[in-house]
Amino acid sequence: MAFAAFATSEAQPEAPKKKSRVAFFLLLPGILYLILFFLTPLISLILTSLQQPAEFGDVGEYEYAFNWQNYVVVIQDYLPHILRSFGYALVATVFALLFSYPIAYFIGVKARRWPLLQSLMLVLVIAPFFISFLLRTLAWKQILSDESLIITSLKALSLLAPDAHFTGTPFAVIFGLTYNFIPFMTLPLYTALERLDTRYLEAGSDLYANPFTVFRKITIPLSMPGIVAGTLLTFIPAAGDYVNASRDFLGGPDTQMMGNVIEANFLVLLNYPAAAALSIILMAAILVLVGIYVKRSGTEELL
Amino acid sequence: MAVREFAERGADLELVGIQKRFPGFTAIEELDLTIPAGSFFALLGPSGCGKTTTLRLVAGLEEPTQGRILIGGRDVTDTRAHERPVNTVFQSYALFPHMSIIENVAFGLKRRRIDDAQGKAHEALRLVELDHLAQRRPAQLSGGQQQRVALARAIVNRPALLLLDEPLGALDLKLRRQMQLELKTIQEEVGLTFLHVTHDQEEAMTMADTVAVMNKGAIEQMGAPQELYELPRTAFVANFLGQSNLFSGEVVSSNSESITIDVAGHPITVPLSRSQRHQGEVTVGVRPEKVALHLEAPLDDSGRNSLGPARVIDVSFSGVSTQYIVSVPGIGTMTVFAQNMGFGPVAVEGSEVWVSWDVAHGFGLADEPDSIERFPSDDDTRTIAVQRREALISELEGD
Repeated sequence: MAFAAFATSEAQPEAPKKKSRVAFFLLLPGILYLILFFLTPLISLILTSLQQPAEFGDVGEYEYAFNWQNYVVVIQDYLPHILRSFGYALVATVFALLFSYPIAYFIGVKARRWPLLQSLMLVLVIAPFFISFLLRTLAWKQILSDESLIITSLKALSLLAPDAHFTGTPFAVIFGLTYNFIPFMTLPLYTALERLDTRYLEAGSDLYANPFTVFRKITIPLSMPGIVAGTLLTFIPAAGDYVNASRDFLGGPDTQMMGNVIEANFLVLLNYPAAAALSIILMAAILVLVGIYVKRSGTEELL
Repeated sequence: MAVREFAERGADLELVGIQKRFPGFTAIEELDLTIPAGSFFALLGPSGCGKTTTLRLVAGLEEPTQGRILIGGRDVTDTRAHERPVNTVFQSYALFPHMSIIENVAFGLKRRRIDDAQGKAHEALRLVELDHLAQRRPAQLSGGQQQRVALARAIVNRPALLLLDEPLGALDLKLRRQMQLELKTIQEEVGLTFLHVTHDQEEAMTMADTVAVMNKGAIEQMGAPQELYELPRTAFVANFLGQSNLFSGEVVSSNSESITIDVAGHPITVPLSRSQRHQGEVTVGVRPEKVALHLEAPLDDSGRNSLGPARVIDVSFSGVSTQYIVSVPGIGTMTVFAQNMGFGPVAVEGSEVWVSWDVAHGFGLADEPDSIERFPSDDDTRTIAVQRREALISELEGD
């Protein structure tokens, strides 16, 4: 499970010395890789976020300093974007969960008697991965654009106001996020529901619980590991996503998320410290939110 | 919720013309059964005989293909499981792993919005002596403790009818005996109607007031345990409930009190009242512990059947008694249980012996012994499900 990485590891009993040396050698490549490609850039990012413009320098020239005001400035400038990022990511996660749960339940529980149907439906869930998600998002841009068949016919039928738009609205961005992350939600949910012992559901109905109560009190708690894993796999990348909200795809000027702001600061404005500070804020915020979420969902017993 | 009140006492259960067909096989042919209120009723049979299906039909977890189910006179055939005044102790216990023991026990009470669910749940846990573990999770309990929690979770609801689906199957022998006694005590204390499904004949006989022996989706014989044991009506019952020595032969003479059959030249007499058939080819039998072993030819006695000389081909000593396998020329092998009144077995392998038993102890069956299957048939629910699945896969794959 993806979120096992977030779980607090309990103290393992002391292993014999020899074994621990073998374990160390086995871990070495991974540790070196992480130092080189994760820790070093992270430190560099933190240092960049504290830089200040070089005296008498050109645009885009900075020198190392302890300029913590960078953080204050980006929060003041980009607070709406920060809030929007987490707002969109949250709504998209909720929608992805609402769409994915029935799919995963059907594949994992109802279709158990037909293994072939089960695998066929799983393939359908994974099928979008065969096409680059950039292309798929562009395709949605076409489908939802003002000149598209769907929008023009909706307008012709007066189901949509003549001056209404889809692309460039928060709706389109959340739609795109939801669409792109449904497989990441469905697969962990499926793994959890596929193991669901239906005898617990029978025991629940035997103990006077109606089907809704059985679902609420038994099915959902027992599939909690899948729900936690799926929502994390959706929420974290969605909060940092800069494709769906981009003006080149489904977004508009009013739907910019943190990812877009970081991109603009880094590539257009050449304000590297601001981009770095925003990245650190994004990371820290996700870490805190996810930490609270995993702690509160209390799935330790079900692991 | 259909049921808000506790059942005052157990209710009677009536199954009328029940038939249950699954795709590809029939689990229950035709079942009519009445279980009086407050009784401890056991459904006994080998795996795949339809006993668990019967239980699931009563619980509402399966729907009968035909027939009606009445609990306390009320027709519940069309109601769903959660609307029936019935609770089940499942074979797998099915304790909710994400809830503590006390939450598990209080689950049913809370669904029915009964006051003081916590207090009543603690009371039920005290009854099974597990109140000190109330805050634990099911996974932290031993098998026997889980079984008692499952029992507490069911009886705390005071159901009109309590269904037990081989709940003792997973326990070791000593714990099983202890739980059997506890169950019986609890049943007498709370006065509920118990329907117990088991394949363990000893369990059924020690616990139940009435035992119904099921075979191939139908009840073979029903009655008090002693009655079933002493006077089995069919070869299946004679062999499933304890052991029997069976002999088949033509009736050669009969009078108002007894019939005599000829088994390979030996006359064997059975009381008329204890025989199901009175003419033609008849199978008679006697329980191994009713048979006496003699080292010398017994004196002719019209009150006893005797066979011999025969040879002991196997002796197995089991402490309380000794089991002898005796080969009788022209008839085959017989089993004899003898109490160890002296020290050790009275005969050794190869000894020449005679066997005899009181005519009054014999019984005559309604069918032939060859109708008994040597091995349990593979038509139980699980096997059928696997076969169906495999058939479906090959069908879909087109080979």
